[in-house]
Amino acid sequence: MADETAKRAAKQAQMARQFMEAIPHARDLGMVLTELDAGVATITMPYDERLIGDPDTGVMHGGAVSALMDSCCGAAVMCHPSNPGGTATIDLRIDYMRAATPGQGLSTTATCYHITRSVAFVRATACDEDTGNPVAMATGTFTVEGTR
Amino acid sequence: MSRSRPEPVQIVKQRRDDALAALVARVPYIQYLGVSFDRRGDELTGVLGFQDKLIGNPLLPAIHGGVTAAFLEITSVITLSWTSQWDALEAGDPEGDAPQMRLPKTIDFTVDYLRSGLPRDAYARARITRAGRRYASVHVEGWQDNRSKLFAQATGHFLMPQPRRPDDQ
Repeated sequence: MADETAKRAAKQAQMARQFMEAIPHARDLGMVLTELDAGVATITMPYDERLIGDPDTGVMHGGAVSALMDSCCGAAVMCHPSNPGGTATIDLRIDYMRAATPGQGLSTTATCYHITRSVAFVRATACDEDTGNPVAMATGTFTVEGTR
Repeated sequence: MSRSRPEPVQIVKQRRDDALAALVARVPYIQYLGVSFDRRGDELTGVLGFQDKLIGNPLLPAIHGGVTAAFLEITSVITLSWTSQWDALEAGDPEGDAPQMRLPKTIDFTVDYLRSGLPRDAYARARITRAGRRYASVHVEGWQDNRSKLFAQATGHFLMPQPRRPDDQ
């Protein structure tokens, strides 16, 4: 029984990992999924001059942070043990707490902290190298597909 | 009272288009996503030309939710900046000092995903619901084929750039 659960979790994790790697936009931004475990996902994204939002300082655009947050929250939902299949974003709020340090990549960890038959609730935090001082935080709701 | 003769239409259009182009060209991320702006008078419409690299769900396929959020945020920020420099531009301020113009900073941004973004061009228009001296609140709508069928909408709060004080360098 415990074996079955573990097998199912491993299969789901593999599915989600493959799916992430198949996302053209995530690939184009150089996103790497570094952790995937029962409703928790971590994705990193390197600094890239194409993503600059403020040309005076070289600070990354908030939109690039959105892409990272959305991908990471989606991955957390997909690898939750109670989620049978895919997911889509219903709503995503991002609070931009400070400018990301130019030249540093970002790392986001998302947690799917509650899931019902139809909705998954997710929180995420994005940090640069100063990991104790988040750059942005996100709260989102996602669909749970494959159940009726 | 005599009124000065209106400027020729080409001169007015050129000045407005140049100021808008200068504002948009400054931000590398706007070029990366491929967002451009249509202008009718002071009204702006953001245009996101579809590209394969914008796909987030290859099975449907659908535009990445982060791209949708970014597109709506770009439209909001450019509309805010454009609106705040419009009066100076119309008063004949040369080039509306666009190259020195600092952009508003996003405080928070909330996106409502109403439909999946189809693999084609998308459009967005932002409405400034409140423009204070320090903070601004914006509502923005995004659509694709049909103006009345939004695929996403968002609201955001922004910190407005403060005018440089004379003693600042």
